[in-house]
Amino acid sequence: MRLAGAIVTLVIGAPVMIGAVLTIATAFGWQPGLGRVDLGFGGFVEGVGAPGILTSLRLTLVTGIGATVLSLAASIPLARWLVTRQSASRWMTPLLAVPHAALAIGLAFLIAPSGWASRLVSPWATGWALPPQIVTVGDPWGVSLILGLMLKEVPFLTLMTLVAAAQRPVSEQMAAGRALGYAPGRAWARIVWPQLYPALRLPVLIVLAFSLSVVDMALILGPSNPPTLAVRILRLYGAPDPAQAVPASALAVLLLAVMAGSAALWLAGEKAVARIGKAAIWQGHRGRSGKNWPAVALIGGGGALALGALGALILWSLASFWRFPDALPADLTLERWASADWAGPALTSLTLALASTALAMILAVLWLESEDRAGRRLPLGALIVLPLLLPQIGFLQGLTTGFLWLGLPPGALAVTWAELLFVFPYVMIALAGPWRALDRAQLASAASLGAGPWRRLVAVKLPMLLGPICAAAAIGVAVSVAQYLAVLLPGAGRVQALATEAVALASGADRRLAAILALMQAALPWAGFALALAIPAWWHRNRRGLRGGAL
Amino acid sequence: MTLELIALSLTAPGTEDPLFAPLSLVVAPGEVVCVMGPSGIGKSSLLAHIGGHLSRSFTVQGEVRLDGQDVTALPAEKRGIGMLFQQAHLFPHLSVGDNLAFGLSPKLRGKSARRAAVCEALDQAGLSGMEDRDPATLSGGQRTRAALMRTLLAQPRAILIDEPFAALDTGLRAEIRSFVLDHIRARNIPALMVSHDESDAKAAARTVTLRR
Repeated sequence: MRLAGAIVTLVIGAPVMIGAVLTIATAFGWQPGLGRVDLGFGGFVEGVGAPGILTSLRLTLVTGIGATVLSLAASIPLARWLVTRQSASRWMTPLLAVPHAALAIGLAFLIAPSGWASRLVSPWATGWALPPQIVTVGDPWGVSLILGLMLKEVPFLTLMTLVAAAQRPVSEQMAAGRALGYAPGRAWARIVWPQLYPALRLPVLIVLAFSLSVVDMALILGPSNPPTLAVRILRLYGAPDPAQAVPASALAVLLLAVMAGSAALWLAGEKAVARIGKAAIWQGHRGRSGKNWPAVALIGGGGALALGALGALILWSLASFWRFPDALPADLTLERWASADWAGPALTSLTLALASTALAMILAVLWLESEDRAGRRLPLGALIVLPLLLPQIGFLQGLTTGFLWLGLPPGALAVTWAELLFVFPYVMIALAGPWRALDRAQLASAASLGAGPWRRLVAVKLPMLLGPICAAAAIGVAVSVAQYLAVLLPGAGRVQALATEAVALASGADRRLAAILALMQAALPWAGFALALAIPAWWHRNRRGLRGGAL
Repeated sequence: MTLELIALSLTAPGTEDPLFAPLSLVVAPGEVVCVMGPSGIGKSSLLAHIGGHLSRSFTVQGEVRLDGQDVTALPAEKRGIGMLFQQAHLFPHLSVGDNLAFGLSPKLRGKSARRAAVCEALDQAGLSGMEDRDPATLSGGQRTRAALMRTLLAQPRAILIDEPFAALDTGLRAEIRSFVLDHIRARNIPALMVSHDESDAKAAARTVTLRR
């Protein structure tokens, strides 16, 4: 028990703390590696004084809070639609699994002025013979970025709502509400959803933190001049002059403050919304019956964007020549797939994913098994989600420096460790529920047959949990393949994974290569999820009690 | 207000035969009719169908009329048919007062009038001053009375009762039952009650037994 706690604290907690502390120290001018230690607020003055900083700040707030509010709002009617159609929620899995960068590239290829969407309606409907002079991708308001974030976050929040709903008598409460005359949408919003919200609070805060500090998606879909705060910080870190790390770190501290302030604002907003909701309950308006049009519109719109993005990627990867405004490329060829170097980055991403997921699985099993043997929970819950609530850009650069001091140079090992910080929380969250829900009576009967703790773990628990273990591993692979900053910064250019290569190419001229890399980046997690469904189904093919329900 | 069932029968999904022989029944205003029958005969499904809560995968024949109007095509919330379940289903995130306010018909307007209506209902249910209580802290009998008040405040045109007294112990049972049935009779609306219990049947005006 103590050992497990110590290992997790050392492997997950320590790097985050070291990274954050070093970033904060750098913000105040502490750069001993460069022989510069002139402590002061110069970095803050320089960072905040840069031109366009207010625009960056506004962009970060509007896109981050906007994407969170809109995603949560969209998940409410969607979850109501899906709660009675559980099998349909499986269709969200490809969107849940797709890396942000791959989705962003596909979306950019779809909605850009010269994108597939505009080609499909040109020139017959629009009269455009050339790409129109309008701004879609990289628009100065961040609308494209919000849209991209929503495509990832709406399925996530919807899934979290469905998980929470599974533990409550939803259909009975909906019936009780409707028997009192409430339209289903009203009954869901007034009765069921408020009860589920406490379980959504942490996922929402994770979404908020992520949206405020996202880098890869903001590089592809967000405005570039000035960009969001997080992108601005990354650019400063990448500047040729290493002294720029000071204002970069200062802005990272500012971003952390912005995130903390936003989270506080959110929690205060919850209370205000609860008060409004209570007042509305006393008014007793029943709402209007009718079809769940918001859900239908969201499924139609989201589905069209997701399929359009995938279609645009596939077409570009196969296009030999695709002139605007042709709806389809002149002809399709595998030539680019044959000549481009996508196998190297793909192998790197796969290796990193397997390594970080394997380590995360071992840590998670160690943690959960230690809890079982001690008979109580490890008091480290907050530590797990810490890496998800902090800005990645706020501690990964500091961590890279920290690794260097500890004798771990930038490279594959440092990247694996950095990825582990993000893979482990998701693996742990995915595995903890099924593990703790395991039927204790079956373990007791194994013990009564003389099976010791090790045999119970290896011969009973792990085989019975094969489905959830495969699902958790698939989630781990998806999280790992999606990591951008965790490869870029601790890799320091020596590690070329799909995420870094795809993002680097996203705004370049070679759409074909960018499409190939994005497709490969999406394919790895999809293959992982397909395997996670297939392996337990095959293994337990003659065990009806263990089939289904893993994903 | 009269509740009429005309040659009603339900067939569960994936089965050939109806759950029970076609049922025809007229429940007069203020009358409480008890529906009995063996387990699995479809008593709860019958109530769910009348209330509009039955899964669409059931095959239904016959009509449900309220005041001469066929309500089968209406969604549950438009029927004006209140339900009282064995679990009171007081909403756990709301206080007792909020729960009653949730039921109160929107026809009654004005903040103070609505507050007064909720207070009066609490008084009638012997729950005076419990407006801010967490429903989870109520006793079983208090919960049933609060649920009845919430249902009645919505001004239903009929009430369906699904074994609401089964979870109460015998001493309390008679008291709560007469409280509920008296209130329904006083409103002069028809009520259909499903029960396994002979004493429930005796308290009702008459009994209908479902058969295959």
